[in-house]
Amino acid sequence: MGATAAVTDASFADDVLMSDKPVLVDFWAEWCGPCKMIGPILEEIAAAHGDKITILKLNVDENPATAANYGVTSIPTMNVYQNGEIVKQIIGAKPKAALLSDLAEFI
Amino acid sequence: MSQDINDVIIIGSGPAGYTAAIYAARAQLKPIVFEGAVTAGGALMNTTEVENFPGFQDGIMGPALMENMRAQAVRFGANLITDDVTAANLTGEIKTVVDGEGREYKAHSVILATGSSYRELGIDNEKRLSGHGVSWCATCDGFFFRDQDIAVVGGGDSAVEEATFLTRFAKSVTMIHRRDELRASKIMAERAHNDPKISFAWNSEVTELQGDAKLSGVTIRDINTGETRQLSVTGLFVAIGHDPRSELLKGQVDLDPQGYVLTGVGTTATNLSGVFACGDLVDHTYRQAITAAGTGCSAALDAERFLSNLHSK
Repeated sequence: MGATAAVTDASFADDVLMSDKPVLVDFWAEWCGPCKMIGPILEEIAAAHGDKITILKLNVDENPATAANYGVTSIPTMNVYQNGEIVKQIIGAKPKAALLSDLAEFI
Repeated sequence: MSQDINDVIIIGSGPAGYTAAIYAARAQLKPIVFEGAVTAGGALMNTTEVENFPGFQDGIMGPALMENMRAQAVRFGANLITDDVTAANLTGEIKTVVDGEGREYKAHSVILATGSSYRELGIDNEKRLSGHGVSWCATCDGFFFRDQDIAVVGGGDSAVEEATFLTRFAKSVTMIHRRDELRASKIMAERAHNDPKISFAWNSEVTELQGDAKLSGVTIRDINTGETRQLSVTGLFVAIGHDPRSELLKGQVDLDPQGYVLTGVGTTATNLSGVFACGDLVDHTYRQAITAAGTGCSAALDAERFLSNLHSK
């Protein structure tokens, strides 16, 4: 696999909330067309900026608890967590340039 | 490479763009196709079953249909680029387009197939609650509304398809429509009327959205009486139509007052020599996958003829 790993309901606290680095969590599902479009874009961003921000993918189908916990009702939703808190929320697929500018403060 | 002058650049990748790509590629024109950074495949990528595309007697899923068209274009050598066109200069003899990374591409001809984008309600709180209960994609977001009361705005085929799809998850679906009957095709309308989970708010429009962190309800107004009432829903799916994606073309290509690209009678040619347009970008009336594919084919044939005249000069 590429530069983005998966996170689950079980590993969310350890991998996201306790992380020293900012973590972008991509809430996605197989049946979501726009999610598939941003997958490769996030791979590229992770490959280029993985030293500053961790990018993890959370499959909402398999991990409904975390999605529900954070009130996710639309995918793709990309939440950036820092010190256990959501510091940025990006909803909907966007081109790479727009995502990079949304994430400028972290990379 | 990008400095070469290509025969044809196709902008857009729905049924129109991919069909144009298939025809242009088979005609050895080596088309460059800008599929869109996040919109590749077009509107059908967010639909479910397509039952009326000829040749698929049992229907086919929208994304699968588009994947097939894409693969068919690739098979004949179309050069697909999964990026947007952010600027275009189409007025000269050599056309220039710029992608999202700032790279320039040149061509003798351009086929416009950028389709349309979802129309918004244009009311307060719509942007704020987008992704927090207000949605434009039932296939993406329906999952999150299991056992909840939700609503769909609109009365056309897309709205009915969304409503029918959403009954898989929702406790109830209210269709809010400005008219007193559905505009959708008969078979779709019947399906909605026969669905026990679907009810209707006729002659109604949404005037207000309520909710702090997420949508908690909407106010709807009866268009005839002016009476308003409250609908307690946690999800609102907007399917009130589309607007042509022609912002990039303004000031160059002739558009009608609604923003659709104007083409000549019996041709896909625009006011600009070497620039052709097809699909939902030009179509007020039919807006079907098959009509888009049809005009995409016409645009490729028109471009091919244009190029052969050009090269024989």
